[in-house]
Amino acid sequence: MVETFLPIVTLSLVVSGVALGIASVLGFPLGAWLALANVPGKRVIEALIYTGMAFPPVVVGLVVYMLLSRSGPFGDLGWLFTTNAMIVAQVVIAFPMVAGLTQTAIDGLDPALRLQLRALGASSPQVMWTLLTEARAGVLSALIAAFGSIISEVGAVMLVGGNIEGQTRVMTTAIVLETRQGNFELALALGALLLSLTFLINFAVIRLGQRREAPAR
Amino acid sequence: MTAQYTLRGVQHRYGTRTVLSLDALEILQGEVLAIVGPSGAGKSTLLRLLNFLEPPTDGVITFDGQTVTARPPLDLIRRVTTVFQRPVLLDRNVHDNVAFGLRLRGQAVDGRVDAALAHVGLSGLDRAQARKLSGGEMQRAALARALVIEPEVLLLDEPTANLDPYNVGLIEGILAAQNRERGTTLVLVTHNVFQARRLAHRVALLWDGRLIEVNRTADFFDSPSDPRSAAFAKGEVAY
Repeated sequence: MVETFLPIVTLSLVVSGVALGIASVLGFPLGAWLALANVPGKRVIEALIYTGMAFPPVVVGLVVYMLLSRSGPFGDLGWLFTTNAMIVAQVVIAFPMVAGLTQTAIDGLDPALRLQLRALGASSPQVMWTLLTEARAGVLSALIAAFGSIISEVGAVMLVGGNIEGQTRVMTTAIVLETRQGNFELALALGALLLSLTFLINFAVIRLGQRREAPAR
Repeated sequence: MTAQYTLRGVQHRYGTRTVLSLDALEILQGEVLAIVGPSGAGKSTLLRLLNFLEPPTDGVITFDGQTVTARPPLDLIRRVTTVFQRPVLLDRNVHDNVAFGLRLRGQAVDGRVDAALAHVGLSGLDRAQARKLSGGEMQRAALARALVIEPEVLLLDEPTANLDPYNVGLIEGILAAQNRERGTTLVLVTHNVFQARRLAHRVALLWDGRLIEVNRTADFFDSPSDPRSAAFAKGEVAY
């Protein structure tokens, strides 16, 4: 069973981990910028991001499928039914979640903090970074929510990955397959494993975000 | 003393509302200038302009002889800092809060943080969570955070409002020593007549965004040139 599960579990974690990494690199700065900037069009970008958060993953899969299909604009990349396509789909799902929840987290900070940081001589990137670290509880929630949504997502990865054994089969698509074939025990075992892994990763991330402090007098 | 700041024809507006309109003001290097006046007089706005956090709508500010542009370089901004009425500390321990400005500048922390904490009477609290300190301790931590970066100008926006007399005395002592021993220019916004009298070399009265009088402290209180200054000196101004 280990030989069956291990490549599936590994691929699930790699695909979702890379997708979350890319979504974070794009989403944290955008979320922080949206919280700080006061520019025309900001409300439109916010509305687009919140819409993206509610986008059905299967529709994301469909759009990515069309873009990467042989007749699509990015067909030459040859990414359809590869892990690259699955990562792209998961980035599209996770990115608005990371950006939107990061903005909300920073918006929740004391507005006087920005002025104080600048008065202490922080550059714009330093202000942004400090606000992200100050809002770390909310930022971690953004990461956890985004990771949870993509590791457990099935529609998009099934469409663009194709559930090819040894190549694009991940835990969620394997659960669908085993259920269809009547292998309920295997499907349930995969489900339990997915749940346990998600719990462990979330627990580790939460612990990582905690700081040890000595009590005040 | 030479001029640290020169303000000429400085106006600041938010929308159509003019909140500050100063024909001329000089702040001298190494002096303690108290800015007094009722609420809404433009005192805090003036401090933001002096910390280069926003450019004036009109007029010219020079610092150390150099004209300040609308987007001043970071090196210039870092020569000045502000301690606000409400200390805004980071969600970190006291040591990391005080070290913050040094780390921003890429400077070594070494023993400087410990020395700054000792200077404000907070030795031993370096590992405490900053936001769990008492009000007076928080303000002293904010002061240590400002002093450790050795600013040329320290702007203070009612730094002792709402503090108990013990902490007021401590902070005033630290500020006076900083000015006397290091020559740091202090610009102190205060509602406290007695504090202005104790600390300042000169006092400036702002009223509805306009500068009514700037005078040596003794003259401001003993022979004010404007009835509004006299009212302030007698404590008759409603804040």
